[in-house]
Amino acid sequence: MIPDSPNKPAGWLLWRTRWRWYELAFWAAAASSFFIFPSKLMLISEIFILGLLAVSIDLTLGFAGLVTLGQGAFFGVGAYAAGLMAKYGAGTAPFSDPLLGLLVAGSVAGALGFVTSFLVLRGSDLTRLMVTLGVALIVEEIVTQAKDITGGSDGLQGVMSSPVLGVWSFDLYGRTAFWYALIVTFVCFWFCRRLVNSSFGLSLLAIKGNPLRARTIGMPVNTRLVAIYTIAATISGISGGLLTQTTQFASPDMVAFHRSADALLILVFGGSGFLYGGLIGAVVFRVMQDFIGNITPQYWLFWVGLVLVLLVLFVRGGIIGMLMALRERFSRKGEGS
Amino acid sequence: MSEAPKPVLETCALRKAFGGITATDNVTFSLPPGARHALIGPNGAGKTTFVNLLSGVLPATSGEIYLNGVNVTNWSVRDRARAGLARTFQINQLYADLSPLETILIAINERENAATSWFRPLGSRSDLVDEAAALLAQLNLADAMHARVGSLAYGRQRLLEIAIALASKPQVLLLDEPAAGVPEGERDQVLDVVAALPADVSLILIEHDMDLVFRFAKTISVLVNGALFVEGTRDEIARDPRVRQVYLGEEEIAHG
Amino acid sequence: MLTILFDGVAYGMLLFVLAVGLCITLGLMNFINLAHGAFAMAGGYLTVVMMNRMGISFYWCLPAAFLFSAVLGVVLERVLYRRLYDKTHLDQVLFSIGLIFMAMAAVDYAMGASPQIVKLPPSLSGRVEILGAQVGIYHLFVIVICGLLTIGLQFVIAKTRFGSRLRASVDDGRVARGLGVNVTGIFALTFAVGSGLAGLGGALGAPILSMDPSFPLKYMIFFLIVISIGGTTTITGPFFASILLGVADVGGKYFVPEIGGFIIYTIMVAVLIFRPQGLFTRSAAR
Repeated sequence: MIPDSPNKPAGWLLWRTRWRWYELAFWAAAASSFFIFPSKLMLISEIFILGLLAVSIDLTLGFAGLVTLGQGAFFGVGAYAAGLMAKYGAGTAPFSDPLLGLLVAGSVAGALGFVTSFLVLRGSDLTRLMVTLGVALIVEEIVTQAKDITGGSDGLQGVMSSPVLGVWSFDLYGRTAFWYALIVTFVCFWFCRRLVNSSFGLSLLAIKGNPLRARTIGMPVNTRLVAIYTIAATISGISGGLLTQTTQFASPDMVAFHRSADALLILVFGGSGFLYGGLIGAVVFRVMQDFIGNITPQYWLFWVGLVLVLLVLFVRGGIIGMLMALRERFSRKGEGS
Repeated sequence: MSEAPKPVLETCALRKAFGGITATDNVTFSLPPGARHALIGPNGAGKTTFVNLLSGVLPATSGEIYLNGVNVTNWSVRDRARAGLARTFQINQLYADLSPLETILIAINERENAATSWFRPLGSRSDLVDEAAALLAQLNLADAMHARVGSLAYGRQRLLEIAIALASKPQVLLLDEPAAGVPEGERDQVLDVVAALPADVSLILIEHDMDLVFRFAKTISVLVNGALFVEGTRDEIARDPRVRQVYLGEEEIAHG
Repeated sequence: MLTILFDGVAYGMLLFVLAVGLCITLGLMNFINLAHGAFAMAGGYLTVVMMNRMGISFYWCLPAAFLFSAVLGVVLERVLYRRLYDKTHLDQVLFSIGLIFMAMAAVDYAMGASPQIVKLPPSLSGRVEILGAQVGIYHLFVIVICGLLTIGLQFVIAKTRFGSRLRASVDDGRVARGLGVNVTGIFALTFAVGSGLAGLGGALGAPILSMDPSFPLKYMIFFLIVISIGGTTTITGPFFASILLGVADVGGKYFVPEIGGFIIYTIMVAVLIFRPQGLFTRSAAR
């Protein structure tokens, strides 16, 4: 199986992390959807954003093995941080600048992630699930209670970001929103890709695989987990900020439990541990939601539930896992004949 | 007496109790540099517990552990590993989905503080990768360097278990039954690797297999019911009638 | 003041009946069934249907809800849940969230999204005075029923042969199996009883908790808090945890309504930080 070109082991490791043709094709397809579906730009922007949220969960779940049910907390905190920046900074250019808004959204969410990361270090999967869920619920409660700041259950109105880089203002058709969301998502994704392909990324896999072994090697397991949890929270916050800026609205819905559950579903659906799983899952999930939502808007939840149940029972590794299994089967057939 | 080298690893009245059961009972023990020491004893004598205490996997109930004269009794597993104490596990603790090369790199990266590098892709430090490859070659694992660890034969997985410990360039290496469960055909490979371990590493070997113990160890301690029963050179232990009785006694029970 | 304490205790005991099945199954099989609340919802809605559409007496609804949810539980356990015991906690969580979503949508489809109201029989409505406090008769009824159930459960677990086998299986399933205990059978039975109790709790709660399709999600967090505080090795732990939670929640919402909603979450996070093994668990945490 070892290809001829990179004979040296280091070369082989480097060779494995290069950009593949199908990755380029994926991003090219993402960009060209602007021309193919000009009437669906807002929907597509939302897909990028959901995908980015799922990718951030993949960092903790797929690479570091931390189970979380509360990524919605960071998403929501980022969403409100960016929304408040844009609302109260309206007019005064530097404060309502969308990029600055994302920076603040990411920093605030990252700070919350750093503080709460210490809660997920101890205990089993079960305590982690409960702690992350508890944090998310507390954030949700704060958002709905602090009516003066967040607008309570009515949501945050009057979010108006300045033009991106002072040039492109957000338009009604979502053209600016599309490119803005695509580019930010790509940059964050590229960052995550570097991260998981680095020595740091490999050490996360070591922790996921066997924390005891990682410790006996001399790895500071807790420090690494705090780091990746904080990074993931930051990226979730950025994706939340993106959603607020592109939809010009923030609502408690953005911190609700179903956010976390949807994002987790998207990731598992696409396949966790591959980074692209989150993105592909987001495409399928959102398109399905749009499709079924048009037929029976109320009972969308039923189909989500059914997909989850079937996924757990029958499909390992989500869509990407299925594709890989297929490829394996074909290549084995090829060898056999 | 004065020429005796300073021990690399010492324990002082080390004790571990699980509820009412004392698994390690007042063990005072010292390991000179470059030692080839075996720890033997009948089933349930507390050998693995002792290794877990030394490596920090279990906290001691009382007593002290010194590594190079420093009291490490309350140190974490990680800090002891950084201070030069490595171990293998009786039951493989490997990463089934990674390759042997990646597995060794994880350990080397930690040793060289290269694991916090998050931007440069894995493999950009070719010196570390080459070192990992060389270590695998030394243990006859070079051909499987890129294979999935989970797909390796059991004996080769045992070798990898030792390779991980060696990758951190330890001063003290605790080998917990390196040959346990290895099929007859792959056994010699493991034994050869154990015999060829670097001379400057001080070794503690836990083993059931008396062939391996007598072929490899220069000094031996016998643990019975968690306590040190007798200590001595290989020949002394081989001749000691009490040791014989402990083992024969066990066999009689086993046969009876 | 005393009224609030009383209401809190009633609420807490109701929570205990709702949650106890989950605690035992979690301790027994290390299986996280987040969809436990769906069984409670089944019992609650059965009561709604029986009373409001068929005009059957409330008293008959209680055993019916128990049986209905128990049968539902055992069927789902044999058909679906047992495939998941050896899967990861993440899979179990996703699976049971999927079940919750399906149950919510199904109930929405069948009964509509608005909360269902159950009218109490005249014999249970009204208030009486106890120790100078006004106490709802229904709350008293809930306390009596749940109290009897708790005593009954404690008796079964502590004194019967089934109970000792159950305790052995919770302590160490492998050893119990080795001793010839039919752990799988015990589990199926426990799952059924636990689901049935949840259904009974749902029926008892129908008049006082709002019964709408989001019920399983809303109470999931309460169940998790009960487990995190009470642990899963005994039933006394969850019992005291439920009472504490009920009193804290009712009291908090009464005295400090602005932050009432935070209190229970804060308790949970605090417990998980300072006593990750739970407040009321045996000191030898496993």
